[in-house]
Amino acid sequence: MRYWRVPFDLDQIHVTRGLVTIVEERCKGCGYCIAYCPRDVLELSDRYNAKGYRPPAVKKPEACVNCHYCEIICPDFAIFSEEIPPDAVG
Amino acid sequence: MEKSKKKRNHPLDGLLRTDRIPHIWCAGCGIGTVFSSCLVAMQGSGIDLQKTVMVSGIGCSGRAAGYVKLDSYHTTHGRAIPFATGMKLANPNLNVVVFSGDGDLFAIGGNHFIHAARRNVDLTVICVNNLNYGMTGGQAAATTPSLAKTTTTPMGNPEQPFNLPLLAFASGASYVARWTILHTRDLTKSIEEALLRKGFSFIEVLAPCPTGYGRRNREAPLETLKLYQERTITKNGAHPVDVHLDIHRGITVGKFHEEDRPTCVEMYDRTCRPSFSVETA
Repeated sequence: MRYWRVPFDLDQIHVTRGLVTIVEERCKGCGYCIAYCPRDVLELSDRYNAKGYRPPAVKKPEACVNCHYCEIICPDFAIFSEEIPPDAVG
Repeated sequence: MEKSKKKRNHPLDGLLRTDRIPHIWCAGCGIGTVFSSCLVAMQGSGIDLQKTVMVSGIGCSGRAAGYVKLDSYHTTHGRAIPFATGMKLANPNLNVVVFSGDGDLFAIGGNHFIHAARRNVDLTVICVNNLNYGMTGGQAAATTPSLAKTTTTPMGNPEQPFNLPLLAFASGASYVARWTILHTRDLTKSIEEALLRKGFSFIEVLAPCPTGYGRRNREAPLETLKLYQERTITKNGAHPVDVHLDIHRGITVGKFHEEDRPTCVEMYDRTCRPSFSVETA
């Protein structure tokens, strides 16, 4: 992760990691999650779902900090993130 | 990292009638975000969901009652508030949430709104304001900004819109807030507060309507969100008279008013059946 100023206690701070799940069949391709992801995790995929919309795809899974903003801005209940337990991140 | 094979469900699936999802709202429509925020607030506030009901009127936002897995009621046009008032009077233990649009609550249902606010009926009213009548094809509504183009005002709207927070405040609502769908976290917090407090709570939420309003006013959904991002000014505690909804002067958002005053049921019991209110107190 890039920092504007590296905090002195960086080694003591635990940064949460998130796993983004996209429910493609619900997506209507509005792009809100892609535009407003603060960590730029998502991009438009080149696939189409059954309704003919292009759902997002995870571009940088390691950048997700589980802020849930994609989940709360999504009007279609089509994306959510879950915290990866710290021991699984390694 | 190995992905787990088990199918994960959306955290709100428990509150949704998932067989009806995907919903009918257009791509880029903000109602879904407001609805989702409302469900998050219901879950987060810790209220008894078995005693929570959602009432909607007619219109795009009115469809919300059909998607929530609670006792929900899709009422006639404009009559969500009187329906909810009746339910609250019959069973004061219920948490009644009215989720509807600006056309339903303020045009055909305008009188019901001001009188429920005046009586301080213990309701949580969430108004999704998309600035036009979306479902019927984008006609001018009571909230359409001046000079905005709609199907019925192709040369621009010659009329002044309602200032909804001011209307609610002047009518006597005891909680008044306005947010946009971009301020989802503030909105969720506001809905939570409104659910947990007594009295008439009104929350206006600005939401894009790309099909009805955006298309005629050159606003793609993401451009509307950008406008919300650039032009909104958060002023908690601002007097509703000073609250604007104007692209040029800025869009004022925030929690504008909160006061505690006796609710409709409390006043009725105190005045008309004093013995009853002593027994139940």
